[in-house]
Amino acid sequence: MKTVAQASSARREADVIIVGAGPAGIAALLPLLDAGRRVIWIDQSMRAGGQIWRAGLPMDWQRQLDSALRHPLLQTSFGCTVIAAEPRGQAPGALHGLRLQTPAATGSQALQVAAPQLLLALGGRERHLPFPGWTLPGVTGAGGLQALVKQGWPIAGQRVVLAGSGPLLLAAADTVRQAGAQVLLIAEQASRGQLIRFAAGLNASKATQAVSLAWRLRGIPYRAGTWVQAAIGQDRLQSVQIAQGQARWELPCDALGIGFGLLPNTELAQLLGCQLRPDGAIAVDEGMASSVPGIYAAGECTGIGGVDKSLAEGALAAQSLLSSQTLATATARRHALRFARHLATHFALRPELLQLADAQTLVCRCEDIRLGALKAHSDWRDAKLQTRCGMGACQGRICGPITESLLGWPAQQARGLRAPLQPGRLGAFAED
Amino acid sequence: MPDTPAADIQVYINGQAQRVPAHCHVAAALKRAGLAHSRRAENGQPRAAFCGMGQCQECRVRIDGLDHCLGCMTPVAEGMRIETQA
Amino acid sequence: MAAQSLPTRRHADVIIIGGGIIGAACAREYARQGLSVAVVEAGPIGGGATAASMGHLLTVDALDPADQIESDLSRRSLQLWQDWLLEQEAHRELAEYSRCGTLWLAADAEELDLAERKRDWFHKQGLAAELLSPEELAQAEPMLRRDLLGALHVPDDGRVYPPRVAARWLQEAQAKVFRARAVGFEGASVRLDDGRELWGAMTVICTGLAAQEQLPTGWLLPKKGHLAITQRHPGRVQHQLVELGYLKRAHLVDQDTVSFNLQPRPGGQLLIGSSRQIGRDDRELDPLLLQQMLRQALHYLPGLAELSLLRCWTGVRPASRDGQPLIGAHPRLHRAWLATGHEGLGITTALATAELLVQLSLGQATTLKPAPFRPERFQESPAHA
Repeated sequence: MKTVAQASSARREADVIIVGAGPAGIAALLPLLDAGRRVIWIDQSMRAGGQIWRAGLPMDWQRQLDSALRHPLLQTSFGCTVIAAEPRGQAPGALHGLRLQTPAATGSQALQVAAPQLLLALGGRERHLPFPGWTLPGVTGAGGLQALVKQGWPIAGQRVVLAGSGPLLLAAADTVRQAGAQVLLIAEQASRGQLIRFAAGLNASKATQAVSLAWRLRGIPYRAGTWVQAAIGQDRLQSVQIAQGQARWELPCDALGIGFGLLPNTELAQLLGCQLRPDGAIAVDEGMASSVPGIYAAGECTGIGGVDKSLAEGALAAQSLLSSQTLATATARRHALRFARHLATHFALRPELLQLADAQTLVCRCEDIRLGALKAHSDWRDAKLQTRCGMGACQGRICGPITESLLGWPAQQARGLRAPLQPGRLGAFAED
Repeated sequence: MPDTPAADIQVYINGQAQRVPAHCHVAAALKRAGLAHSRRAENGQPRAAFCGMGQCQECRVRIDGLDHCLGCMTPVAEGMRIETQA
Repeated sequence: MAAQSLPTRRHADVIIIGGGIIGAACAREYARQGLSVAVVEAGPIGGGATAASMGHLLTVDALDPADQIESDLSRRSLQLWQDWLLEQEAHRELAEYSRCGTLWLAADAEELDLAERKRDWFHKQGLAAELLSPEELAQAEPMLRRDLLGALHVPDDGRVYPPRVAARWLQEAQAKVFRARAVGFEGASVRLDDGRELWGAMTVICTGLAAQEQLPTGWLLPKKGHLAITQRHPGRVQHQLVELGYLKRAHLVDQDTVSFNLQPRPGGQLLIGSSRQIGRDDRELDPLLLQQMLRQALHYLPGLAELSLLRCWTGVRPASRDGQPLIGAHPRLHRAWLATGHEGLGITTALATAELLVQLSLGQATTLKPAPFRPERFQESPAHA
């Protein structure tokens, strides 16, 4: 084993660091390379695509990406996790620095990167709400199930229920069906009326996508105004309790993919001192600039809005970084934002979903803290100190938003963000 | 994503050799090996991968001797030793 | 002189400002003496320096005569801790108490000599302590690097989780908790930032560093520290580990220093410290200092490199000008008492502090000699440059 004295981390500098290799990062990368900027591109995954393009990019994007990956001005740090921010110097024009944990295979544990400009394309994560049985093996997020299946999770022949809210349920159903699963039901909590209004507001291109998806999912029961009340089973999922209006029924199944839309990933932005909007997304101006000079943000992390918004904002951010904004890109972003608002309006969550958890239901999965134990406390910090809620491995990522929804405890601000951003090898922090 | 038998590799799960498709992540490999859960919670409950994207930390396992590796974020590699934490 | 209208109703006999470990200990002790208590705390109970602390219950030796006062305070306090911990299993459980013991690590001849002299001191006091040879040390803690010369083992030291203890002591005291900040002190009344006024027979100020606001300049100073904690790695480390190398840094009074200190928590998480930055009261993580602290830890436990680091944070120790806490009558406020300035020993000395303060304020005979802790001592001797 390398002693601390020997190991020292590599340092790399560039003109721009892009954190995130999803659609927003990809859309920003290409124009930056074309303009001759040296780019360091970081993603926790071993390949580009983010969540939505995890299984592969649309063909023309793939072609562009393939040639970009061969570009001499690009250095990729895939499979690397950002664990801390280390700003270099206080003067204006000082570099933004990040410390990364590198994959175990490399000799050193850490990599330090620095650049005067940073683009955060951090993406979004699924929103989870607790209900009885939600911690059973067999219960996953809906986007979670899609992600797992794309990385080889065996689902062929399994009876799957998808539930929660949003178009992601359909995308997830599509993925699992293609992998050979039997989708028993897609339970959308939004009412039929909300869905009809959503569909009516889609532009031609989105409507076509929707029709094509609906065709692929023909034969799968899709119920509006329907939600999962409980997951039932001893050591793993055996059935789910469904609710629709006053009706209740139990449905035996092998897997439940359940998610309630997306939340922006903002931890790195917060660590860097970027301001957040009241809704929790990274605050950016018309040019995708954050509140910190030199730091830009694009995609789901500035507000959930789907792939079109991510592509438009990635391109817009690149233009801003190059000081060369075009009207076309700004317009594309405006259209994408309209869809984002449309999405948020028509998939708003019904109040019953916040009542599913009872006093015995776990809220903090890492430390096994039940809702009943949390209710005795007045705020997040008090609950954390007294019960350990939020002190576990996920550091409040899952339970924080839940306590905000169920208990009204204010979110981001109260959860003092510290390094490490994610758990990392101690050696990676100690390396010089 | 279709499995191609030719693209299988060998890993060790709790000491047992298993062949899994090369594109799998560790969490998927564990499920393919028939494990319904990959860890036990502090209260003893069986748990498995939940969020699928490195947030919830439920999929933690020991990989090649290192504890607390995320199964859903780690691709399998030839000869990898995976151990579930109880 | 205009007659003051007397309050017709008291909120409590004693109004304690500050809901950290010291305030909670005082609340409990006053209640044991039959008095009613109100506690004013703006944040979560035990949420200040108490939350940032390591929770190490350690015996401070008096090998150096200058440490005699601290040693006596810590020993009396540890006795009181044992009384409370042994009272009920429930106390030990909620406090997450572990009798992990302390290992003072000797890396060279000078440190080994110190370890031996400490051992002799412990024995003279009738306290348990033994010197471990390198072989015994390796057996006791396999993760330690193998070239250490030995260690002093103090088996009766332990650790607790202070925020829950503070909350429990307030419960035992049946304290009325006011979630507010005290902004004014007028004799027996305390004005809160929400406009309310609390009336009591006396006020006790246990606000840590914030007590400086009501004191002459320079009586209290901040000493910032960093801490880091790993995920659960059960069975790796058994004892609290502290390096004797702190000796070598004792003269670095004005510099930022790090010193190896590690505590195994009952669940298997390893809590790693420590650092000292004098005069810094901000809570920012200093990446360079953190790195130094972690490297120092790796120096003693190379295998730590593989473990999973979960979170880092800072805390600010409220230190006093001469290194001893201030326990006694408040030098400025009427009918008020003061208990603060515990620096890095607040948890260990909380109960003896409370005992002394309560005895003084109620005119009882004191178990410990109060003179070294009198707040007025700073008024009588001008500050040294």
